Order: sequence, then C-alpha cells, then structure tokens
Amino acid sequence: MKRVYFDNNATTPLAPEVFELMRPYMLEDYGNASSIHWFGQRAKAGVEKAREQVARLLNARASEIVFTSGGTESDNTAILGIVEAARGERKHVVTSTIEHPAVLSTAKLLEKRGVSVSYVRVGSSGVIDPADVANALRPETVLISIMHANNELGTLQPLEEIGRIARERDIYFHTDAVQSIGKIPVDVEKLAVDLLALSAHKLNGPKGVGALYIRRGTILRPLLHGGHHERDRRPGTENVAGIVGLGAAAEIARIHMAEEHDRVAALRDRLEAGILASVPRVVVNGDRAHRVPTTTNLTFDYIEGEGFVIATDLRGIACSTGSACSSGSLEPSHVLSAIGLRPEQARASIRFSLGRFNTDEDVDLALKTLPAVVEQLRAVSPHYRSPVTSDK
Amino acid sequence: MSIAVAMSGGVDSSTAAALLAENNSANSSGSSTEVVGLTMQLWNQRRLPQMLGEEAGEEGRAGGRCCSLDDVYDARAVASFLNIPYYVINLEKQFEAAVVRPFVEGYLAGETPIPCSLCNTEIKFAQFLTTARQIGAERIATGHYARVRRDPQTGRYQLLRGVDRTKDQAYFLFGLTQEQLAHSEFPLGEMTKQEVRAIARARRLPVADKPESQEICFVPTGSYRQFIDAYLDEQQRHAESSAGEVVSTDGSVLGEHQGIQNFTVGQRKGLGMAVGEPLYVISLDPAKNRVVVGDDRELFRSRFRVREVNWIRPLAPGDAVDALVKIRHNHPGAAARVEVHTSGEAVVEFNDPQRAITPGQAAVFYDGDEVVGGGWISQVE
Repeated sequence: MKRVYFDNNATTPLAPEVFELMRPYMLEDYGNASSIHWFGQRAKAGVEKAREQVARLLNARASEIVFTSGGTESDNTAILGIVEAARGERKHVVTSTIEHPAVLSTAKLLEKRGVSVSYVRVGSSGVIDPADVANALRPETVLISIMHANNELGTLQPLEEIGRIARERDIYFHTDAVQSIGKIPVDVEKLAVDLLALSAHKLNGPKGVGALYIRRGTILRPLLHGGHHERDRRPGTENVAGIVGLGAAAEIARIHMAEEHDRVAALRDRLEAGILASVPRVVVNGDRAHRVPTTTNLTFDYIEGEGFVIATDLRGIACSTGSACSSGSLEPSHVLSAIGLRPEQARASIRFSLGRFNTDEDVDLALKTLPAVVEQLRAVSPHYRSPVTSDK
Repeated sequence: MSIAVAMSGGVDSSTAAALLAENNSANSSGSSTEVVGLTMQLWNQRRLPQMLGEEAGEEGRAGGRCCSLDDVYDARAVASFLNIPYYVINLEKQFEAAVVRPFVEGYLAGETPIPCSLCNTEIKFAQFLTTARQIGAERIATGHYARVRRDPQTGRYQLLRGVDRTKDQAYFLFGLTQEQLAHSEFPLGEMTKQEVRAIARARRLPVADKPESQEICFVPTGSYRQFIDAYLDEQQRHAESSAGEVVSTDGSVLGEHQGIQNFTVGQRKGLGMAVGEPLYVISLDPAKNRVVVGDDRELFRSRFRVREVNWIRPLAPGDAVDALVKIRHNHPGAAARVEVHTSGEAVVEFNDPQRAITPGQAAVFYDGDEVVGGGWISQVE
C-alpha cells in the first residue's frame, strides 16, 4: 500500500543529506566536544559549524545559540530560567491560551510556585491581538511568552508588534518557534524576541535535539546543573551528531526556503480546496491568510476525529486530530476550544500538515480517499442520519 | 471486508486475534479479511489516586488489569507480533456514563450491580460496533467464550454458551441485539480455556502465560466501597447522612449502619453485631435506608422480578418458558418458570428456593446452551 505522510507538524522525516552529514559524527568523529585532543576538536568543530548555521537561519550571533534536547527543553529553559533569575518579590508572566503544552505546563508550574500568569485569549482567527498582550502587562511582568506558529492551526502570531511592546516596556520576550522555523523567514532582530525555542525534527532534522536562542545580555538561570558546556547555560556532553544534523537541516531550510514555501503552500491549498469542493459541511479553522504554508485544520461536521484518523491510516494516509502530544486524551483540543469550537466540533477536527517530501501524487491520493472515509463515518453518526436500526 | 477484534491485552482476546489473523493469511487466495486490533481505553487508573493503593507500592496494584497502561502495552505487543494494524480508542466518557455511574448509583440505591454485563452491552458491543463501522470494518470479534448461530428457519441469531462449561461468558452477553449478534464473531466459542492457553503458548504469543484478571476492571484494589467513596469524593458528592437502621425481618431495630452501599444481600461480615446466631443481610431497603438482617434460611427465595429484559429468542407478553436461570455469574443455574410481562419485565419463579437473590445482578435464562434472554433483578418477592 502506498502511504502518504500528512503529519509533518508532529515530526518530519530526516532528510537523507542531513543523515549523511551526521553519519561521520557517529562513526569516526566520535570525540567529546569538550576534549582537548584531535577527536574532541573534530567534534567541537562540528558543533560550532552547526551553531553558525542555526544562527544564520535566525539572523542571530552564533554565541546566542544554545543547543538543547529539543523544543520542550528550550521552552522550559527560557521560561523558568528568566523567571527564576528575575528580581522582585512579585513576578508576573504573560502567555496565551493556545500555547504548546511545553509552555502551558511550565506556566502552570510557575503558578504553583507563586508566580502569577495571564493567559491572553484568541478569537476564532486563532491569531492573538497584540493589544490584548499590552493590556495584560503589569509593572511586575518579567516575561512574555507567545508562540510563533500554532501547532494545530498553523496560524502565525504577530510577534513583531508584540516584540515592540515588550521592548518598550523592557520585558523579556520568548517565543516557541518550533512550528515556524524552516517554513517561513524568522529574524530575531525583526521580531524583537529575546529568546526563541526551536526543534530539529520539525525541519527534517533528527529527533532529540533543539536549540534556544538567547539574546546577548539576557540573564537566565540554567535549568540543568553540571559541567560548563554551552557557556554554562546547558550542561551535558553535546549530542554532536544531532547538533550537526540540526545545523545541516537549518542550512538546507534557509537555502531552499522561498521555493519550498511556495511549493508546499500550493500542495496544501490544493488539498484544502479539493476537500472543501468534494466533501460537504467542512470548515477551515483559523485565519487562512496568516498561517504557515504546511498546515490546514478542518472540521468535518458529524465525524469522530479518532475514527477518521484510524480509517484513513488503514487506507495509507497519516493525519492527526491535533497535537501528537494530546493524542489519546479525552479532552477536546485546548487550541480549538480557545478559538470557540464546541467540544463536538473540536473532536471532529483534523489536521493535515505537509512537508518537504510531499508530492502532487500524495494530494491526489488523499483527495481520492478522503470523501469516502468521511461518508463512512457520517453514515454511522447518530446525528447525521437516523441510527443503525436495532430491534432492541 | 475487514473485522475489528477487541483486544484487552489478555490471553483470550489475544488468542482470538491470532486465530483471526491466521485465518486471514490462510485464505489469502482472493478475498481476504483484514483484521484490525482495537483496544478500548475505558478508564484512567490515575484518575482516582486513592485507588492506586500507593501504600501497596510504587506502581500501585493497578498493573496487569484491564484499562491499565500495561494492558495496552500487552495488546500492542500482541498486535505487533501478529503484524496486524492496531489502535487504541478512547471510550472513557462513554464508559463512565454507561457503566461507572450506574454502578455507583446502583449501590447507593441498595443494589449490587454487575458492571461487566452493562459494559458488554453498552460499550463492548454497541459502541465498539459503531467504532468498527467508522473505521470501515463490517464485523467485530471478541475473546468471549460464547457462540452465535443463525437459526435457518427463522433467520434470527441465537446466542449460546461456549463449549467450556467453566467459562460461561454468554451470561455477560444477554443484552446483545440481533444487529449486534449478526455482526459478531467469537473465535473461542468452541474451545476450552486450556485449549486457548495451549494455542497461545504454541504461537508464542507475548501474553500466553499472563494470569487472568478477576477484579472489576476499574476497581483495581478490589474494594468497591473504596471506589465509591473515591468517586463520590471526586464528584464532590457526599452522602449527607447515610447512616440508618439495621433491622431484623420482623422489624425490630438491632443497630445502626453507615450507608446501605456498604452491604450486599447474603453478606455476613461487617454487620458489627455480636449476636449469638450468625446474621446475614437479607435485603436492603433504600426507601427507609434500612439493612434487613436475618438467619441463613431467610435468604432463600423463589420469586423475583426482572427489569429491562432483552429477549434473544422472541417472546411476547403473556408467554412463559421453562428455563435454567442464573442469578449471578458463578451461580450454577436452577430450574424456573419465566413469565413475560409487558415493557421488558419478566417474573421468575424457581422450582426450588435459591440463596441470596440480589437486586442489581443479572438474571439470565437458558434453554440448554441457548441464552433465551436476560435482564436485571429488580425486586425479590
């Protein structure tokens, strides 16, 4: 069976050329990047080259990039690190209701520790209004954390405006940019962010590695304690092959960004338009004009998202009901609830997320398969038609 | 054509899945049946932390039981071993509404509910068949020891006990509709438990030697009282003052109890009474919040009412049938006359009085191996 992968927001396939560049660091250049000898120096060179590559993608300095185990660690380091280092008896943090759990759960932890947190809400567009962020600020606000692209909807948040507000008020500004990096241009100067989290496996790099951009002069307390790696910001022997892979993936993404953006956007738009044309009662969630080119989130009235994902998987098409981190959870997506969907609408919503290795044939196959799947699910729905007859 | 097999992670449903998968690969000539494994996630064991029994150890005592993560791992391992597609479907909400809440309400109303029968009817067949159809499967299979047969004369489907007399699980399936029976398969119906274990071992299924679960799946500690307390606590519902009187069958007050949900008919322990002769709970009176006690002989009754009867053999109001009637799962069954009343109600009259006929339990009527019907014991007369 031909299989189509439309779940690139969960993770992406490793690009073969990235893998080739990582390989020597697992087999030959296996040194510890902190070692003095030749082996160590080879590894160190790989790490530092990657740092340059990541910095270049973000328009940052290499010294501002800290390698981590991934997006979750980067978000935790940024938020806890800033808040714990901040002075003052009372501390306040502003974030939003549509953040990834890596941010939301960390915010909840802060609340338990006595920090107050404001959660800015969004309307049906799935785009935060910068004025709401400004209104949430208090004299004791120490951090604003607003994501760049939402993982479920793909909607882009107005970071430039929020960054301006943060800078005017001299408040640190962190963004979880895991879902936008490599898909659209991200310039830390233009966006005026002080901290930015990214993850390699969302841009055709390896899993288990990510980075945190920390603007020069930013004071934060490290999350982990150990050796003097990463300028005392993140101890632990460097995941050299992974870091090299992240660097390579960042480099490839930077070089091909413009053409890939248009190519993937065209595929996504064709998929979306094709579904809207062939399946009745489908709605696109979030602002279609402000989103990453990879993502579409659709509500198919009267279906069960869980059943949809299984039924399409059995036909070779991989998609998801939302974030992979909340699969199997009963609660409807917090993002879809935040944009005003009722629980049954949220549960009837499907995310298709495309990526570098998707083709026109993939979209063709999906458009051939999906209408029948929706029909099958709706045929069983008690709300769409009369229930299956029973003699009970 | 595809079939969805319900996989609990136990040896029975795993073997059922293995037999179906083999069948599939065996007749690969032309029309093959695709087998899809599904595990129903019914209850989150972490939901009521009190029930994990921390005092019993790190992992608590929830391991190795239905609904626990371990069982999902086991089911997934078996599906992977069999190389069949496998998914976990979340039916926690439906399970709570259809099984857990009625279970708790039943106890509060002075009954002794049997959640497994409700679960089979409402979840394992009704919901599961719906889910199976959603994902494109026409039929469902389970690891129950039961058989289904189509009567060639009437075209109706019959439910029969499995051939293993020690594993009568048709008892739990009395609520199945014709629609559900028509689309169900029981690959273990013709086998004994020993044969099933042997098959599992011969195929080297990862769960071949897994012990059988005995408890109610969502009550891992085995203490239903503890569960009801924890659940009511979570729902922020506290029985105001659930204390009431303990009375003898002639009405004289013998003492006090702390809530009728703590008692079941036939119970001897926990009455807190030091009287010479052993006393048993004869009945529970929710209207007066009373526990009625008496001696062992008073537990024997002959006549009771059954509500929400599902007739698998079509019977009409006014009909009567001689049947073997079981009043709980481990009851051997006794000869009785079953009269069909209106609106799903029946009256059962045993030839010989039976001990501890308990409201809330399922009464199932058999004609030989065939399940004629069944319902819930509502009132002992």
